[in-house]
Amino acid sequence: MSVTSTTPPPVVQKEDSMLRQKAMIAANYTALSEARDKGRKVVSTFVPGNLNELLMCFDLVRNLPEINALQNGLRKKSGRYIVEAERNGHSEDVCAYVKADLGMMLSGTGPAGAPLPAPDVLLLSYTGCFTFMKWFELVRQEYDCETVMLHVPYQGDGTITSNMRDYVVKQLKEDVIPTLERVSGVKFDIDRLRGYLAESAKAEDDLVWVLQSARRRPSPIDAYFGGVYYIGPIFTAFRGTAETSAYYAVLREEVADRLAAAKGPTTPEGELADERYRLVVEGPPPWSNFREFWKMFYDEGAVVVASTYTKVGGLYDFGFRHDPEHPLESLADYCLGCYTNLDLPTRVDILCRYLEDYDADGLLINSVKSCNSFSAGQLLMLREVEARTGRPGAFIETDLVDPRYFSPANVKNRLESYFQMIAQKRGRAAH
Amino acid sequence: MPPAPRLQPPSMTAVLDRCQALFDDLAFSSVRAWKEAVPGRKAIGYMPIYVPLEIIHAAGMLPVGILGGGDQLEVIHGDAYYQSYICRIPRSTVELGVTGRLDPLDGMLFPSICDVIRNLSGMWRMMFEGKYVRYFDVPQNYQDSVGGSYYIRELETLRDDLAELGGRAITDDDLRESIRVYNDHRKAVRALYDFRAARPWRAPTAEVYLVMRAAMVLTVEEHTALIEDYLAAAAAEDRPPRDNCRVVLTGAFCEQPPLGVIKSIEMAGCYIVDDDFMLITRWLLDEVPTDADPLANLSRAFLHHGCATSAKFEPEKQDKGRFLIDSVRRNRAEGVIFVAPSFCDPALLDRPMLQDALTDQNIPYTAFKYAENSGQTQPIREQAGTFADSIKLWSA
Repeated sequence: MSVTSTTPPPVVQKEDSMLRQKAMIAANYTALSEARDKGRKVVSTFVPGNLNELLMCFDLVRNLPEINALQNGLRKKSGRYIVEAERNGHSEDVCAYVKADLGMMLSGTGPAGAPLPAPDVLLLSYTGCFTFMKWFELVRQEYDCETVMLHVPYQGDGTITSNMRDYVVKQLKEDVIPTLERVSGVKFDIDRLRGYLAESAKAEDDLVWVLQSARRRPSPIDAYFGGVYYIGPIFTAFRGTAETSAYYAVLREEVADRLAAAKGPTTPEGELADERYRLVVEGPPPWSNFREFWKMFYDEGAVVVASTYTKVGGLYDFGFRHDPEHPLESLADYCLGCYTNLDLPTRVDILCRYLEDYDADGLLINSVKSCNSFSAGQLLMLREVEARTGRPGAFIETDLVDPRYFSPANVKNRLESYFQMIAQKRGRAAH
Repeated sequence: MPPAPRLQPPSMTAVLDRCQALFDDLAFSSVRAWKEAVPGRKAIGYMPIYVPLEIIHAAGMLPVGILGGGDQLEVIHGDAYYQSYICRIPRSTVELGVTGRLDPLDGMLFPSICDVIRNLSGMWRMMFEGKYVRYFDVPQNYQDSVGGSYYIRELETLRDDLAELGGRAITDDDLRESIRVYNDHRKAVRALYDFRAARPWRAPTAEVYLVMRAAMVLTVEEHTALIEDYLAAAAAEDRPPRDNCRVVLTGAFCEQPPLGVIKSIEMAGCYIVDDDFMLITRWLLDEVPTDADPLANLSRAFLHHGCATSAKFEPEKQDKGRFLIDSVRRNRAEGVIFVAPSFCDPALLDRPMLQDALTDQNIPYTAFKYAENSGQTQPIREQAGTFADSIKLWSA
């Protein structure tokens, strides 16, 4: 006989900015589902190095496959989409984002329930991840529409050369912009682009302020679990809009208030009042088990004070801002500078700097099966960071959206051991 | 300097013994010997799938192909560098590096093939300080004015880096001469592949593979001569044809299958009439012009006369799979075997699209995965045998 609990589920705590962000994403899905009726054209494009400001110049509604995949992960739908894609011949070995997206396409519905429209143009911004290139080809097989590709070279030795920048700008001028003009029927207006870029820079300033607030003790934010909400608008379909600038202004006010009141971050179960561990996290979260994973941290008083995942769509905290004075060059630098487009020594430097600047206890790496761009080499990075900073590291393995690769007991066990190790190290230091 | 003329070509046994010894030599003794023969010589390693070997040659250096450790290398250290779900070639390559086997290399090039090899370039810089390490990016935009200008500047950078490493300038004449030498090699490789496609019973792939593997460690001049020796020996051998089916093998362009897997496919009744092993030897499909600007010539050859493979972007949707289908037609193959290393993103992401293209053309295929240290070849033999039988029974 089954027993039905009569205890109501706990009310999830959310801040105003989180509600705003959720509303923005919902509105974009509505815009996508209504695009055909309203005569609007749709572009599908990827998140890292996306050209949102440029796309807005052509009045295109933006559809982002990774966001669909992660939304389906959060909504517990990705598992069955992945299995469906595997039944259709896609290997169990490859990226689950791709399979969740293709499985969703087979299902005919979008993450919000309504079907997503077929794109009028596919824009592949091939930045920081090889899989994007094949994902794009796979999606292209399903549609009869224009396609255009932007190849962004990898920063193999940690620098952006003039050759890389020129190459990206030339592609924008000779391929991307003419294609978008042809598809949309809208002529490119560089001053319109400048306006969007200026708006982006404002929001970027506020985002950096928010992320750097975690330097304080206690940190008023969780820069990973909260951070993924904070980056939502700026990394996706909204960067460059006044709405996004307003969102970041509200967020900054909220965080400033918490900072003034010496409050900790907001978790789904309320404020985290007792900050016991300060961590830097490298790698994406397991979206299919996001809430469960987060709880493993806040239950132990662990706060993530800096994360690299929140830099996949732009490394603003090291100074980059979209620049209306150099619009196309600025877009090129943005694409080239995304976190996963950086070489490993630079990534190690960033992690060491975060550990020092944010006075963190250690580095936790969440190695996801799907993403070799992130994961390949992380164990060496961990060793290097430990050696250079003397702060302990830990390594866990999960996946982005494939729940079959999330083993709660193993992950929890690892995390608890890691927290104990930090505590013991702290105890030894105190004596 | 061209090798001295020989009075009598070596026997098939002598050729294959030499190739097998080079294949088995995980200490890269031949590379060490080449360097020791003339003080100051330098060797540059490269990983799959394409780097412009002509530039390394023009610098007077030996290009050395690094294709992992195969099934004879026990990986002790390499596993500690990687997470659970990843292909094996980076693990065994790290093993080769940390155990000192790659010490004779003065530099390493990591081509644009996938994120694993890309990230390995950064790992190499951290692990082997003082060695020349370069991630060698190639354009995925194939217009001369866009991808071409980018690529020429990347080639110039590589040329200048190697000139600095070698302590002497690399002139255009040096480059033209190296292009000429590699044109000879391309011609020899084409002859070998054409010979096998025409008479696969005389040139089994297990042998052709060993001959081509030797290209990873020999000088290009030596290897051109080696191919000629093999072809002469194969033409002289009396080997009767069998009632095998003809297949194209695809997907093995990076991590290599154990030799036993190749032998198993052949023993199961398949003549392999085309493959994508060591694509670097066949990447440029035509001769590269030896006049005018050599780097511009290399760029145009790369952009417009290169092979298609999973690590490249296919700009036109309707062209997806065309290269593979053309190979099937040209080589009169009756089917395709997809072999891919486990966790190989390029091969495994590409595979469904290629399979769709084959289905449209009514070309049968089968697929399986391997790791470079796969010990069990019996399931592969059974699968390949069933595939061969089905072709014989149903495709007549």
